[in-house]
Amino acid sequence: MPVKDTMTYQTLQSAMADQGYIADDDLAMAVHLALSLGRPLLLEGAAGVGKTEVARVLAAVEETQLIRLQCYEGLDAAQAIYEWNYQRQLLSIRAAAEDGETGRAVEERIFSEEFLLERPLLKAIRQARAPVLLIDEIDRADEEFEAYLLEILSEFQITVPELGTIKATTRPIVILTANGTRDLSDALRRRCLYAHVAYPDPAMELAVLRARCPDVEDQLAAQIVGFVQSLRREDLEKKPGIAEMLDFAAALMGLGIADLTHDPVVLQASLATLLKTQTDRSNITTEIAQRLAGRAA
Amino acid sequence: MSRVTKFAARDPGPAARMAGFMAHLRHNGMRLGVGETETALSALARIKASDPEQTRLALRAVCAGSLEDTERFDDLFNAYWLNGGRVAHKVMPSSSPSDSVKSSRPAKGQDCASGTGVPTTPDAGGEDDVLTPEGDGKLVASVVQAKLNKDLRDLVQPEDIAEAEKIAHRLGAALRDRRSRRRKLARKGDQIHFRKLIRQSLSSGGEPLDLPKKRRPERPLKIVTLCDVSGSMTLYAQVFLAFVAGLMRADDTADAYLFHTRLVRISDALRDRDALRSLARMSVLADGFGGGSKIGACLHQFTRTYARRFVDGRTVVLILSDGYDTDTADLMGTALASLKKRGCKIIWLNPLKGWDGYEPVARGMAAALPHLDLFKPANRLADLAALETEFARL
Repeated sequence: MPVKDTMTYQTLQSAMADQGYIADDDLAMAVHLALSLGRPLLLEGAAGVGKTEVARVLAAVEETQLIRLQCYEGLDAAQAIYEWNYQRQLLSIRAAAEDGETGRAVEERIFSEEFLLERPLLKAIRQARAPVLLIDEIDRADEEFEAYLLEILSEFQITVPELGTIKATTRPIVILTANGTRDLSDALRRRCLYAHVAYPDPAMELAVLRARCPDVEDQLAAQIVGFVQSLRREDLEKKPGIAEMLDFAAALMGLGIADLTHDPVVLQASLATLLKTQTDRSNITTEIAQRLAGRAA
Repeated sequence: MSRVTKFAARDPGPAARMAGFMAHLRHNGMRLGVGETETALSALARIKASDPEQTRLALRAVCAGSLEDTERFDDLFNAYWLNGGRVAHKVMPSSSPSDSVKSSRPAKGQDCASGTGVPTTPDAGGEDDVLTPEGDGKLVASVVQAKLNKDLRDLVQPEDIAEAEKIAHRLGAALRDRRSRRRKLARKGDQIHFRKLIRQSLSSGGEPLDLPKKRRPERPLKIVTLCDVSGSMTLYAQVFLAFVAGLMRADDTADAYLFHTRLVRISDALRDRDALRSLARMSVLADGFGGGSKIGACLHQFTRTYARRFVDGRTVVLILSDGYDTDTADLMGTALASLKKRGCKIIWLNPLKGWDGYEPVARGMAAALPHLDLFKPANRLADLAALETEFARL
């Protein structure tokens, strides 16, 4: 059921839980306000805490489509907003020359909607039903793009010099994510509502595991969560996120393990789902892994 | 503690209280405008505002803009709304609000040139005069020369900073990043600018007569400076500090740290518009100045903390140190190796290298060498200025 105006943050929280996303009060309130005030929401947090997932779940809750713009260094207007279809334009000009069409008519035709290639931002403001627009890892894009984005987020309109200004038919629900690759500008922060997504506490992580992998035995579930939580306290280059924890659980299920402390070799092998750098792998030796698993049991 | 604050009976209503709360947050260093007050009020309309917890969550989502804000918010919220009417305790020093805003480049320049609040001695003014580029004749050159060659052992003066600023500006300009995926219209480009091409070929019936080109634009690199202020560096620290201060003023994106046995970030202190006050703030931070040095440990700490946020492939890390370390050499090697992994360039400027017959025999220095992009001597401002061509080649 799509969110109504009467919805409170608690009902949103449970609607998200129905879609398999366990949000804490902070996050649920921020999402609730973003929806009801129509403001963009900036989510910050370490990699793997489920920032991107918020957008996907929100699209499911709202029963609308998710439009995603993955940011990267050097992202520019041609990839983010729109581009002209040059090949078609060129062909069209040649064809027109043979048909004897006048220059002005050709110009009007090749700079029309027909030749415009929609990219995520333009697509997002031209939907009949407000979509969820996910601008992922905004901190990877450079400042120039950030400035452009500000304009779109405040006006919800895009100007194509040849076509004129395209106004939004519906206001998309905008979610931005960042994980601190660089500092975002104050202007962007101020335009958005803000929520910091932290690694979940044990109870919440257990709830996530329950929601996503209902088949895991109670004892093993508690062990997995305890193990991953204590692993995060170790000195690691890259701490395992929630996605890694779920992979780990799936791996253990696939291997038919019922108890973490049972087989050190298998546990060590399944660490491949949690530890993603060479240094981390060599730092967490069999002994350390066993100690952590023993404590979690 | 948490009793809801009792507001005065003649209190004009929720809007005024909210404005008061925003002012309270602003006093405590959060950057909020009128827009946020409005958003906060409309946010309250959409929740059960009589519930303090809901209000707290909602206002936090609206007002906090970063992790630090989020962490401080609860206390500030309690102080204002749940304090039984006690007056909120203000944490920030009472500097005028305009000072906390980063000033724009030209404003900084003027400020620095006028040397606000500097104790002026008779000849300081004279020096200022000859340092202006419009100054005339040989006299100027010789005076400037004398100044550049002075092995600065006295305190860092704002004039030095002004001069260092010029040098830093030139060095910054020399450090350009030539990698980019974005392309801009350019006379001599390596790719065809299609958008322009289509437009131009309209007039010739689709025959592209000219091929407009685009190419990767060159962009400045971010400079992160790590300055050693341990005992063995005392003699040279003045020059380097002046240089760092100048650099921070010339370049908005630059970042600076001091280290001896600890690592301290001094960027904010150095961005102070008042040159003298910024030095004062820095000396407070540089507690332990002239003591021992733990280069390895400090570099390691830097790599694990600040570098993750501020160092990327478009950064030059400038280390100003003599390389005499009380830590083991391995630590320095591994720290530099992992710093290098972030894709940055590492330049080490060593004052001792200028000496005749110097060899990097200090074990730390030897361990560091394989990770450096550039290893150069520098102990005077003139040396730093001379590095311009080397930087351009990087």
